[in-house]
Amino acid sequence: MFTKLKPVWLVAGRELKDQFRDWRVLTPMAILIFCFPILMNEFAKQTVNFLNQYNANLILERLVPFSIMIIGFFPITISLVVALESFVGEKERGTIEPMLSAPLDNWQLYFGKLLVGVITPLIASYLSIAFYLVMITRQDLVMPSFITLVQLILLTTAHATLMVSAAIVISVQSTTVKAANLLASFIVIPVAILMQGEAVMLFWGNDQVLWLAISGVMIISLLLIRVGIAHFQREYLLGREIDTINVGWLWRTFWKNFIGGANSLEAWYVHSLGSALRRIVPAILFLAVVAVVSVWLGHAWVMQNIPQVIAKSSPEDIQKLTAGVREMPNLTNLEAKLNAPFLFMNNTRAVAIIFLAGLFSFSVLGVLLYMVNIALMGGLFGVLQLLGISPWPLFLAGVVPHGVFEIPALMIGSAAMLYMGVVIVTPQTGKSMGEVILESLADWTKVFLGIVVPLLAIAAVIEAYLTPLLLAWVLK
Amino acid sequence: MIETHDLSKQFHDFMAVDGVNLNVQAGQILALLGQNGAGKTTTVRMLTSLLYPSRGWARVAGYDVAKNGHDVRASVGVLTEQHGLYMRMTAIEYLDFFGQVYSLSASARKLRSDHLLEYFGLTESAHRRIGEYSKGMRQKLALARAMMHDPGVLLLDEPTSAMDPESARLVRDEIARLKSSQRTIVICSHNLTEVESLADQIAIIYRGRILLQGTMEELKRDVLGPPEYEIQFTDAWDASRLELPKDVEMLSRTATSFKVRVKRPQESNPQILKSLSKTSASVMAFQEEPRTLEQVYLKVMTDAKGRENVH
Repeated sequence: MFTKLKPVWLVAGRELKDQFRDWRVLTPMAILIFCFPILMNEFAKQTVNFLNQYNANLILERLVPFSIMIIGFFPITISLVVALESFVGEKERGTIEPMLSAPLDNWQLYFGKLLVGVITPLIASYLSIAFYLVMITRQDLVMPSFITLVQLILLTTAHATLMVSAAIVISVQSTTVKAANLLASFIVIPVAILMQGEAVMLFWGNDQVLWLAISGVMIISLLLIRVGIAHFQREYLLGREIDTINVGWLWRTFWKNFIGGANSLEAWYVHSLGSALRRIVPAILFLAVVAVVSVWLGHAWVMQNIPQVIAKSSPEDIQKLTAGVREMPNLTNLEAKLNAPFLFMNNTRAVAIIFLAGLFSFSVLGVLLYMVNIALMGGLFGVLQLLGISPWPLFLAGVVPHGVFEIPALMIGSAAMLYMGVVIVTPQTGKSMGEVILESLADWTKVFLGIVVPLLAIAAVIEAYLTPLLLAWVLK
Repeated sequence: MIETHDLSKQFHDFMAVDGVNLNVQAGQILALLGQNGAGKTTTVRMLTSLLYPSRGWARVAGYDVAKNGHDVRASVGVLTEQHGLYMRMTAIEYLDFFGQVYSLSASARKLRSDHLLEYFGLTESAHRRIGEYSKGMRQKLALARAMMHDPGVLLLDEPTSAMDPESARLVRDEIARLKSSQRTIVICSHNLTEVESLADQIAIIYRGRILLQGTMEELKRDVLGPPEYEIQFTDAWDASRLELPKDVEMLSRTATSFKVRVKRPQESNPQILKSLSKTSASVMAFQEEPRTLEQVYLKVMTDAKGRENVH
């Protein structure tokens, strides 16, 4: 194992040496390590003085962790510069070919670059945080708890890994450093949004949510690393010279896979859609298991948390709620609001949102949204049980009739999304990243138009016209 | 050794290399000639396992380029079109780094880098940063890198470009030495004089296809026809007494010389000399008309373009 890892250190070591000889890297790092914490400290002091006038102690407590997060973040922005030019920069300087001609495996080259992209900025980040911590111990500021400090260090590490892994994917796929820099906005914007969310979490002070955020960022980083390695092709690095969006090629590739050689609608359904469906069978089976787990989780969460809410509620409120559930649905109102087109659009939008969330997170967020959708049923089941209402008649009348179409549609649509994420992070010999994305996008579109949309249309009609009648009959 | 069969590479709609067949044994030098963009670099990149062949196969040092990329790369030394040097490193650091990449021991790295730096006259500059090197020095260092692990196969793209005549001579001598020590060498070059002096085999590539391949003699014969000889006399001579063999064609004649084309020189030239000895003319010189690789190359290219225009 050590022998296999040695070239990784070798590649990283050479570049680290290069970096430490470059004043353009060292100067901003020194400024960020020593000057920025001083500025941040000054800002914190002024804020403390101001907030003390209003006894805003809670904000004061949370200010230091927030400052640490910001202090840790700024030096790792250098990682973006280093990682973005890691491969494409070498390509431009002509140094990539001797490296690629050397007996190094793809992953060794890749991890060498990844390591060097992460190490220098993280050293700067940790030093910066340490310097700031030394400063706050000498002042009247509240030192964060050990757990919070661990979380902040992990968060900083996760940010660096995320940015570097994304930047290296861009660096491998770009043809020039300029193109890579322009594409950096695809990293900066999501990370900026992420930072805002994390800042909210820090001020909220919920440790559990922050742990989830750290885990989420780490999972996405690992998936990005996997994507990078899966699509790292020496050929690709040497072959392309200019970046152009070839719309014609994009359309042809998509259309060829969408049609799949079929010359009639029947042939398309049987062969093209059939083969796409066969490809996603493992994903469907996986999501079926996930569905069971989600229902159980939804039910368990309700049974654990809602009794406290019920205990705090007055008997009148409970009675009112129970009566509301048992009340006959007003069919006239329901028809006006929950008509078939509305229900169809609503469910189609849900599947589309799951797809979009999955597309930008290698399926992770898509699967989470799918789980939430399914977990709602378990939750509803639990609420009815807690209210003392037998859930089975309501479930059989209100969910099953349209659910037999709607749930498979959701499951199949989400499976196509999951398959897409899996394919993107899996090495595909002889195919570029663009081809892989377009082919899996064509598969998703086939499944969506050929199966999901018709099933959701049937479900909407049943839900709009049959379900209310059945519910009314059951509740009578 | 290098062996390829129907080696082809297609980039989308563009056929960069089309059906290349090569066979270069140990101790041989093959020169790939062709215009810029003809497919030489793509061929070399396939032989280094950097590009996967779209069709056909290639074996380098006994390894399949498509299946054993790692082994191929470990057995090959490559001098790329661009030097690919890290400007902030010193020459000694640079060679040591690549020595480590090729898994050489510390003592072997020291031995090899000292030897190569000394051979190429870079010892004095060994601790200077490469960024301070002249173009020729960089080229020599890049060549030293390609030779660092003493590979069995060398793929050299323009090995003497940017070098002064003395350094170029040094490099040519080293290539000849490597050849004599049973290395397999492929050179891509536009320096035809150099190719002529070094190569055992020459392949001319045009638009991805090999138009002509063979030894220097074979190429000259195939492209320029049988060799031509000029015979010069000290005084005017009597042509009536000269009897030329059947396969010898008289091209021109002056009072003191004549020029012939000989299909089978080994058989006919002694006969010509014999016939001349019977005449009273005193021969001053009997020499083959110099025909260069440049003539061959230009003729092949002109013909290829001509055929293209016709089509």
